[in-house]
Amino acid sequence: MATKINRIGLEMQPYRGGKTTLCAGCGHNAISERIVDAFFEMGVDSSQVVKLSGIGCSSKSPAYFLGGAHGFNAVHGRMPSVGTGAMLANRKLIAIGVSGDGDTGAIGIGQFVHLMRRNVPIIYIIEDNGCYGLTKGQFSPTADLGSTLKTGIVNDLPPIDTCALAIQLGASFVARSFSGDKKQLLSILKASLSHRGTCMIDVISPCVTFNDHEGSTKSYAYAKEHDEVLGEVSFVPFFEDISVDYDPGTTKEVELHDGSKLYLKKVAEDYDPTNKFEASRLIHEAARRGEFATGILYIEPDKDDFVTLLNLVDEPLATLPLERTRPGREALDEIMESLR
Amino acid sequence: MPPGDAAVHEAAPQPATRRIVNDFSIQVATVNGSGSQTANLVLLRSIFQMGVPVSGKNMFPSNIAGLPTWFTIRANKDGFIGRKKEVDFLVAMNPETAREDVLSLEPGAAVLYDAPLKLKDLRQDLVFYSVPYDKIVAEVCKDAKLRRLVKNMIYDGVLSKLLGVDMGQMEAALRKQLGPKVKAIELNLGALKAGFEFAEHHLEKQDPYVVEPMTKTAGMILVEGNAAGALGCMMAGVTVVAWYPITPSSSLPETLIGYMKKYRVDKATGKATFAIVQAEDEIASIGMVIGAGWAGARAMTSTAGPGISLMSEFAGLAYYAEVPGVVFDIQRVGPSTGLPTRTAQGDMLTTAMVSHGDTKHIMLIPASVQECYTMAMDAFDLAERFQTLVFVMSDLDLGMNSWMSDPFPYPDTPLDRGKLLDKATLERLGEWGRYMDVDGDGIPYRTIPGDGLPAYFTRGSGHNEKGQYSERPDDYVKNLDRLVRKFETARQYVPRPEVLDEPGADIAIIGYGTSHWAIDESLGQLREEAGMRAAYLRLRAYPFTDDLGTFIDRYQRVYVVEQNRDAQMLGLMRLELSSDRIAKLRSVLHYNGLPIDARSVTDDLLVQEGRKTKESLHAGVIAAGVQAGGE
Ligand SMILES: Cc1ncc(C[n+]2csc(CCOP(=O)(O)OP(=O)(O)O)c2C)c(N)n1
Ligand code: SF4
Repeated sequence: MATKINRIGLEMQPYRGGKTTLCAGCGHNAISERIVDAFFEMGVDSSQVVKLSGIGCSSKSPAYFLGGAHGFNAVHGRMPSVGTGAMLANRKLIAIGVSGDGDTGAIGIGQFVHLMRRNVPIIYIIEDNGCYGLTKGQFSPTADLGSTLKTGIVNDLPPIDTCALAIQLGASFVARSFSGDKKQLLSILKASLSHRGTCMIDVISPCVTFNDHEGSTKSYAYAKEHDEVLGEVSFVPFFEDISVDYDPGTTKEVELHDGSKLYLKKVAEDYDPTNKFEASRLIHEAARRGEFATGILYIEPDKDDFVTLLNLVDEPLATLPLERTRPGREALDEIMESLR
Repeated sequence: MPPGDAAVHEAAPQPATRRIVNDFSIQVATVNGSGSQTANLVLLRSIFQMGVPVSGKNMFPSNIAGLPTWFTIRANKDGFIGRKKEVDFLVAMNPETAREDVLSLEPGAAVLYDAPLKLKDLRQDLVFYSVPYDKIVAEVCKDAKLRRLVKNMIYDGVLSKLLGVDMGQMEAALRKQLGPKVKAIELNLGALKAGFEFAEHHLEKQDPYVVEPMTKTAGMILVEGNAAGALGCMMAGVTVVAWYPITPSSSLPETLIGYMKKYRVDKATGKATFAIVQAEDEIASIGMVIGAGWAGARAMTSTAGPGISLMSEFAGLAYYAEVPGVVFDIQRVGPSTGLPTRTAQGDMLTTAMVSHGDTKHIMLIPASVQECYTMAMDAFDLAERFQTLVFVMSDLDLGMNSWMSDPFPYPDTPLDRGKLLDKATLERLGEWGRYMDVDGDGIPYRTIPGDGLPAYFTRGSGHNEKGQYSERPDDYVKNLDRLVRKFETARQYVPRPEVLDEPGADIAIIGYGTSHWAIDESLGQLREEAGMRAAYLRLRAYPFTDDLGTFIDRYQRVYVVEQNRDAQMLGLMRLELSSDRIAKLRSVLHYNGLPIDARSVTDDLLVQEGRKTKESLHAGVIAAGVQAGGE
């Protein structure tokens, strides 16, 4: 079999990263693999990518994909601010952040909230296992009510639904998936690379070591059983000339920032992924049934991202020449005169 | 008077014929939110415009309206512009503090008071001027709602007459202050003139204080340290700013926004060559700075003590992962919320080492508005050269008060962007590792995302020379030792201290930041009052340079003057000086929230030197504090 080459002439290898040090079978590893696939298939130039994370097992994973990209493993829960700073410094970068449900939902909830609000152009993935893997299995804020720890301790607080929150706060691309659903996750990730704005992707990613037992609502078994797939996500990148046929009324077509197209099969006739209220309703109704809805839940393709809002020059701020960042002598003279 | 100072009244009233020219302090006691700021700044500015060295200090409460505020203006022909402890001329507008303000004056001082306060009988040893403000203001301002706002201009008019401040300068200063607000100018001018006329017809000059024109401020500017710092950041080519509002820092980024909108928007496209973000808190501010610095931008934030505390974890990341960034700390009084609107040098020790583990940071310490400007530029260069955070340690007194200064020079050096790897260097080096010490100075080469050069993984966890995750003891030690080497190299790059040697002097003084102004004046007092000569070294940065140790060697007793309780800078010196040098060090400490003054320094030194007894000094107990509201 001939080796596959992508549209910028690269093989898969450069998209891989270091060897994972996570547990065998950890959902996070499957997500890393999908990220490799997505960036390869989309033909992204790794040298223009920044990989960001906080602290946790999940946050280690940027070391395991895209070896040619710069990575930044920040402090616990604070990746959003670091990512925001990096994107302001260089608007040309493609940013992908990986967080955990503890990193996002607990210590980092404040920064998460403001990242969504600002719609900073970042693909923000939560590898959601309902527990703190790296500190050995405590509940995280996405653990469902009644879910149990291995020790039998029952969670008696309601979960934070990061997707519902992201939609309410202003993220312009919100999806949920399951690390075990290769096809859906890949389509979502590829679509996120074509979107400009915050892409918040919550991926149920079981922790085989601490939260894969009966009684856990984030185990493989539970996830397989309760994954309510919203309908097929078909993504056609701008560089592929494919037309998709569908019956009118059954599929929603969305054109993304770079001209790629997204075809979202409707689950219910009245569901519209560009409508915030419906997206929120869908999430909450699934949760009430004890299920979780997966797919692209909400998308607002034309919303201004933070860089656009700040009206930044087209070139990266980081490398602007001195003539453009230091005002001339006349400017200083004028200011001095005003202070006399 | 603001809490903290005191006076005893025993001396007889002064003869009225004495004239004291261009050497006195005025204190205006009002409540905040009463619109007195305009009147105070106009008075300050008009004395400045008359060529007389002057300074203005606002001692305000942490609340928006209704609490006592004192504004001190000091005119000094010799150019001493630190705070003067004694008040020579009190403008008593606040009924709540008037009594205490009057009781704490030195004999011979003058009091200008609002007639209904009836202060005259409180003391026999003062000069009193009574002004019926409400009556005068009713005549010049028909709109009753506006009267409160222009009432204060009346005391400017009265003072103009009593002190001989030129009315033309007053008017010019008023116009400058109010800019295009024509109606406001008209109203205020009316009040100013009414005050002048009242004084002309009803008051007889009895105090000795007068202003006479000089030429000492010709060509100079009046500016706040925070505005100067903002200007320095703009000229340093800052591109990313993230901040969270906090007194006394906010005016730095706020002024910067104004400058950047005017001077840093591309003419052709109308687009910004900068990003300024009001973050959700200080943790996010420093996170954005670090993200931006890592991606190659010149990034900064500005904060005060509480923000520094919050930034602690990130500061360690920047130190250990070696990411550049600039942090202004406009110090205020701690611990905790402390006195948010009062000044201190209380963050020196924490900031030098902020974060857990073995961490050390570069600090620059401006004493003047000009240094706020130049050190802002130094800070960005050093941050990029050393790939670390650089803290600019200003304080409330410097940041929020108006200081006169020579105009700032245009920077004539290019930016130092430090060791950014480029293709040629990569070829020369052959092998590149993010944390390799190729040049022996502890400073590695870095690449930035998007530059097409080798990428690396930045992390706050253990790493080896190549930036790979490592928990090996030898990798860890090697890395930490290199960071020390880098810090040692920094000693050669930071601004050196300013040294004023005095061969054969009895004592030496070490100071830094705004304490400079009190020390500078104290040197003269020591000479005149006790025939004592003192050498002086002003620190301008941490890490210390060699100059510090050799300076201490030349003197017997060395006093470290600082505005904190715990002798923080002396503490930092202890960490690295030899024991014989440490043995020479003593402390002069001032930490009541008010800017340090020469009198306090001189008295403390004379007592410690056995030239005065504590009892012979002005007794020093005082009175009620300000009830602070917001924070
Ligand atoms: C300030 C701080 N507090 C606590 C920790 C300890 N800590 C490390 S990872 C982690 C939780 C990680 O959980 P999650 O984000 O869900 O990631 P997972 O390991 O489950 O993938 C905690 C509490 C830390 N690193 N920093
Ligand atoms: S502890 Fe859990 S989350 Fe961490 S690597 Fe192992 S399986 Fe994954």
